[in-house]
Amino acid sequence: MRPFTQHQGLVVPLDRANVDTDAIIPKQFLKSIKRTGFGPNAFDEWRYLDHGEPGMDNSKRPLNPEFVLNQSRYQDASVLLARENFGCGSSREHAPWALEDYGFRAIIAPSYADIFYNNCFKNGLLPIVLPAVVVDQLFRETVAAEGYALTVDLAAQTVVTPSGEIFAFEVDGERKNRLLNGLDDIGLTLKFVDRIKAYEMQRKQLTPWLFN
Amino acid sequence: MPRTLYDKLWDAHAVHVEPDGMTLLYIDRQLVHEVTSPQAFEGLKINGRKPWRIDALLATPDHNVPTTDRHAGITDPVSRTQVETLDANCHDFGLTEFVMNDPRQGIVHVIGPEQGFTQPGVTLVCGDSHTSTHGAFAALAFGIGTSEVEHVMATQCLWQKKSGSMLVKVEGALAKGVTAKDIALAVIGRIGTAGGTGYAIEFGGSAIRALSMEGRMTLCNMAIEAGARAGMVAADAKTIDYMKDRPYGPKGVQWDAAVAYWHTLVSDEGAHFDAVVELNAAEIKPQVTWGTSPEMVVAVDGRVPDPAEAPNAVKKADWERALQYMGLNAHTPISEITVDKVFIGSCTNSRIEDLWEAAEVVRVLAGSGHKVAANVKLAMVVPGSGLVKAQAEAEGLDAIFREAGFEWREPGCSMCLAMNADRLESGERCASTSNRNFEGRQGQGGRTHLVSPAMAAAAAMYGHFVDVREVML
Ligand code: SF4
Repeated sequence: MRPFTQHQGLVVPLDRANVDTDAIIPKQFLKSIKRTGFGPNAFDEWRYLDHGEPGMDNSKRPLNPEFVLNQSRYQDASVLLARENFGCGSSREHAPWALEDYGFRAIIAPSYADIFYNNCFKNGLLPIVLPAVVVDQLFRETVAAEGYALTVDLAAQTVVTPSGEIFAFEVDGERKNRLLNGLDDIGLTLKFVDRIKAYEMQRKQLTPWLFN
Repeated sequence: MPRTLYDKLWDAHAVHVEPDGMTLLYIDRQLVHEVTSPQAFEGLKINGRKPWRIDALLATPDHNVPTTDRHAGITDPVSRTQVETLDANCHDFGLTEFVMNDPRQGIVHVIGPEQGFTQPGVTLVCGDSHTSTHGAFAALAFGIGTSEVEHVMATQCLWQKKSGSMLVKVEGALAKGVTAKDIALAVIGRIGTAGGTGYAIEFGGSAIRALSMEGRMTLCNMAIEAGARAGMVAADAKTIDYMKDRPYGPKGVQWDAAVAYWHTLVSDEGAHFDAVVELNAAEIKPQVTWGTSPEMVVAVDGRVPDPAEAPNAVKKADWERALQYMGLNAHTPISEITVDKVFIGSCTNSRIEDLWEAAEVVRVLAGSGHKVAANVKLAMVVPGSGLVKAQAEAEGLDAIFREAGFEWREPGCSMCLAMNADRLESGERCASTSNRNFEGRQGQGGRTHLVSPAMAAAAAMYGHFVDVREVML
């Protein structure tokens, strides 16, 4: 996994609540057995005017000019500004894969759906929670100023605006450590192998019917 | 100190706790399907790892499988590759898999309980958000992402932080024709799709105890739509009865030990919940969603709401967008909404009891000369598993449906998410017993109204929504 330390990037405002993972990556693209290549189909149904299917040449498809990601001022955005309950719906990890593959490194929203939030950390994507009033302010500033970029510092747990305003955010210590260092989760867990085995022995005696 | 059911399940599975509360949780069971597993198996292969315990894994393809003639195989090459990849991975790693043409194949959340693979007191995960279904068995069950699927396969554990606890208490008796699905939608209508975020919900109260195991599964299935990590119901005599003679369940002396343990799987008297929501069962009416989120729901005798009456500006914009997508006007009575298709199926409502409920409505209406209404292009029943299908056929339910004009299909996820050939065309409106009405969920541009099996059956016969309580008088 790619480590995340500090990132400065252009912000794109996605002004909708309850954006679900079906919207982030529609189900027809879930048929892939790979982890990569989902970026061109991120937000497919909103981004293109035609119906997308796997294997299409996305560069030839008609873009929806209304959709915010398609506006020229937001090209190459890497920070996604979103509303409450972002990433609700299906548990598909293809959603963070698509966002990461598109080029996003961080998301800022007042709240996330639980599974999506977890999945982001496994993929070098930082989901930042800021209070709704702050997110409102960032929406206003992003829309008002073309080229609006934010600096995200994971070690310091801050988001810094172009005018130098600093917003602190919370992140769980263990998740932060893993993301900062790009650590392999399974490798780390396997350091606990003796404890897991000891637990399992005990469990076998208490609930032997679960080990048939 | 008195503990909640959630506390008990959590404590019993904690292998190691970090100072900040991050817990290495032991996972007893994992269900595997073709969509969220290929990258996990690939990860194991790349790193030269093996599953920790293959007896803790059970796999089946469900999302991509066709619901019509299976002898022809899967026509869509991409879907076929995904199912074949699951077959190959299960073969290579030695997992038990109910392949597409196995009579036990079905939706993961239907076959787990049916096989007794899901048991009271276990931790159970699957790369699928509706894993919350299995909490009906006083189990801690939740959906995970593909990286976590791989993590559980490799280590039999997951890093988790404990959620808050919420008690949703439903007291009283449901009216005839009102079901677990209506309780689920009413709860979501009350607390919102993010109302359960950060919580594990326990459903309790006399109305929940009165539900069958199937009803409890429907309810826990939809806990995720309220944003909760997990849903659960305490164990009781019904839970234990259901477990009898299940292929993967305990037998002989182990059965007695298991039952003794299962009896402890209840919240202690006086246990503390971080949040409590109370509903009166008698006040719950059949529910119909009108929008693009399960919280956009009203009773069947209600009307499509007016965005002008939304509680805040963000919601107002959401409601407006939803009405536009759904092609509905504010104030339209729900009973005037006509449907093009009807889908009875999905891990929410495709078990035998759901089919009984739907078939009963069809039988009553067929008795007075009704068939599927002329404006309904397709009404389909998709059983949750091959075993549900076989039982329904043995009981003659398929004939009731077929004679009225329904299609009777092979088991799978089908039009719940339209990954196979079953889908809505743009602009088509569907009465669906599934769990999500998001934009495009059942096909791009498709319009989904979530309802109970009885309500879906009645909508098929009338061509529009009707109050099933009146039909069943
Ligand atoms: S039936 Fe629908 S919700 Fe259930 S597992 Fe299948 S796709 Fe997911």
